[in-house]
Amino acid sequence: MLRALAIAPEKCTGCLQCEMACSFRSEGVYNPARSRIKVFTFHEEGRFVPYSCTQCADAWCVLACPVAAIAIDPATAARTVDANRCVGCRVCTMACPFGTINYNATTGKAMKCDLCGGEPACVAACPTGAIVFVDAEAGGYWKMRAWASRTGAAI
Amino acid sequence: MSWCGKILRVDLTAGRCSAEPMNTEWAGLYLGQRGLGTKYLFEEVDPAVDSLSPANKLIFVTGPLTGTAASTGGRYSVVTKGALGGAIAASNSGGHWGAELKFAGWDMIILEGRSPEPVYLSIRDETAELLPAGGFVWGKSVWETDAALKARHQEPQLRIAAIGAAGENLVRYACIVNDLDRAPGRSGVGAVMGSKNLKAIAVRGTRGVRIADPEAFFAASRICNAKIAAHEWTGRALPTYGTLPMIDVTNEHGSLPTRNNRDVQFEGTGRINALAMHARRATDGKSNFVRNKGCFGCTIACGRVVKMDPGHFSVKDKGRYHGAGGGLEYEAAFSLGAMTGVDDLEACTYANYLCNEHGMDPISFGVVVAAAMELYETGAIGDAVTGNVRFRFGSAEALCVAAELTGAGTDFGRDLGLGAKRLCDKYGHPEFAMVVKGQEFPGYDARAMQGMGLAYATSNRGACHMRASPFADDFARITPDGKAEVVKRTQDELSAIDSTGLCAFTSAALSFEDYAALIGAACGGTWSAERLLEIGERVWNLERQFNLAAGFTRADDTLPDRCLKTPAPSGRGSGRVCELDSMLPEYYRLRGWTEDGRPSDETLTRLAL
Repeated sequence: MLRALAIAPEKCTGCLQCEMACSFRSEGVYNPARSRIKVFTFHEEGRFVPYSCTQCADAWCVLACPVAAIAIDPATAARTVDANRCVGCRVCTMACPFGTINYNATTGKAMKCDLCGGEPACVAACPTGAIVFVDAEAGGYWKMRAWASRTGAAI
Repeated sequence: MSWCGKILRVDLTAGRCSAEPMNTEWAGLYLGQRGLGTKYLFEEVDPAVDSLSPANKLIFVTGPLTGTAASTGGRYSVVTKGALGGAIAASNSGGHWGAELKFAGWDMIILEGRSPEPVYLSIRDETAELLPAGGFVWGKSVWETDAALKARHQEPQLRIAAIGAAGENLVRYACIVNDLDRAPGRSGVGAVMGSKNLKAIAVRGTRGVRIADPEAFFAASRICNAKIAAHEWTGRALPTYGTLPMIDVTNEHGSLPTRNNRDVQFEGTGRINALAMHARRATDGKSNFVRNKGCFGCTIACGRVVKMDPGHFSVKDKGRYHGAGGGLEYEAAFSLGAMTGVDDLEACTYANYLCNEHGMDPISFGVVVAAAMELYETGAIGDAVTGNVRFRFGSAEALCVAAELTGAGTDFGRDLGLGAKRLCDKYGHPEFAMVVKGQEFPGYDARAMQGMGLAYATSNRGACHMRASPFADDFARITPDGKAEVVKRTQDELSAIDSTGLCAFTSAALSFEDYAALIGAACGGTWSAERLLEIGERVWNLERQFNLAAGFTRADDTLPDRCLKTPAPSGRGSGRVCELDSMLPEYYRLRGWTEDGRPSDETLTRLAL
């Protein structure tokens, strides 16, 4: 089964445990500035929204990369950056419509979510279930269920 | 290891920033945050100096667990000689600022002297510089400053700790506000910052925090986070309702200070409690409560995000208060609500917003307004002093106007900015000031809560609810016996926790063995519950030494006569006064202090002081 990250912003409290887990898993340090997943705060609205790569099937970053450094992990279908090939040209960061692949000035390479090889650290760290890793073909079912329950109640 | 090993020293007089190594020997003896900051202050500042003079120093200090994934690991402390009462101040804050400082590679900042012109401190990783604030953010509110600095530095991820007009105007209980609505709130640390002509510290850190034993730390933090999630209070009650349900407990118990402690139960509690915050308003069909939020790394998330009724008289046609903001927690609901007799949730929320916007401690502010109301109702001050605002208990209008005037530093707001003690002294009624060591009471009356009475009287920064934890014992037992032991023990515990980088609320779910496991894995070395508790006791005694050198004596370990001589009018403590005289000698004895409240030579030797 192919699984994908599903994000429920209404459950997010903005604590950044996901960013800490991501940076710790990827770089061995606690450093939100190096996290692939980012939580955005909309203070005036009282909303927190985690955002990360959705692993597009036909990915702009893959198409744009001039050295074919971004490949598909066969186990997870994540688009992953091969650091040995990446030349740090940043064309992928311009191609991605969502801004979820970024440049790491320390390494001189592109960095993006690789789904941690199938066990995303952000999901394990989230205290409220705002980030879950679910069947990619059923990512919307929990919303359907919520609306279904309302539909039944209204009849 | 999770320390950066580096201190940023800022000479404001000379306009110079320099790096120096952090004293690791002291970190072993005093841990971090409150403890380590106290050690540096004690070694570098003469306790007798005027708190608003250039000779005082202002220390922002993180703990060993700040900036780690241990739940709530985002705390920092501001340690200085406080502007409110002149005792040592160690004000603790969450939000994101503390962790960001650590990510930039700094354990602490020591600010000394006084800048000749208004400045702000800009930190991006290793680079720290003082930049002019005059004609830019000086004179601006905390919220305007936050937006202006992010815009100028083109850095939306910037974390900012700033003072508002209150700090600039040296309001005695001015606080520092970070991340718009979190604050090292008490004891006037914002006035000290204002006296140094320092408007803000803006930090961006991209270096991160390293861990001595990553695998052990990951395992320990997982265990702790699970305990916090499983605990009824930290896992369910706090995220759902915040700290506000306490108001029903204290009201029922008869320990909710009401109308300047003339009463101990508030008939309007049901209109400012958690249920009221969650109820739909008749006016617009929406609730005050929007959602909960967490500080950095916090898996509890007790913070209240609220939206005001845009039609409420206080904010009508004032768009900047119509968006979401920081809502009432227990202490603000007590001080702005019960203490002033105001049962208007929206008015209390507005006053709380203004405290965040202008940088004022809402606990002290509410108690000052209550004192002004008593002065007004007893005829000690009249309309000529208040500018024709009728400062009657229960007046939501007076509360809102008071917040506006104090924030602006105009008219009667200048008097209100003095703090309760100076205000009541000025108008000839010192007995109306509900203070200890010059600092206003939090939301627990000392007559039904004898342990809290002792805790207020002996707190090193003046009246405080976060310096000891006699809550459960006080709610269970009304008599003063045994309180000295509870207060002494929990003072030491909280001194240790306040030095870790974690929030005191974790103590409901975590043991000192848990804290030791986290610190050991993060920093290396051998840590145990015993070592941490000894550090707590050491910190408490060093704070005491600072205060004694500053001129405080046994006579300052006391409470207002209203608690000591006037029996509580109702509730579980009805007819009782706080029996401080029966508790204090036992407390000194348990502390290993002399009869006049000085740590004995034996105690100092035992604690390596």
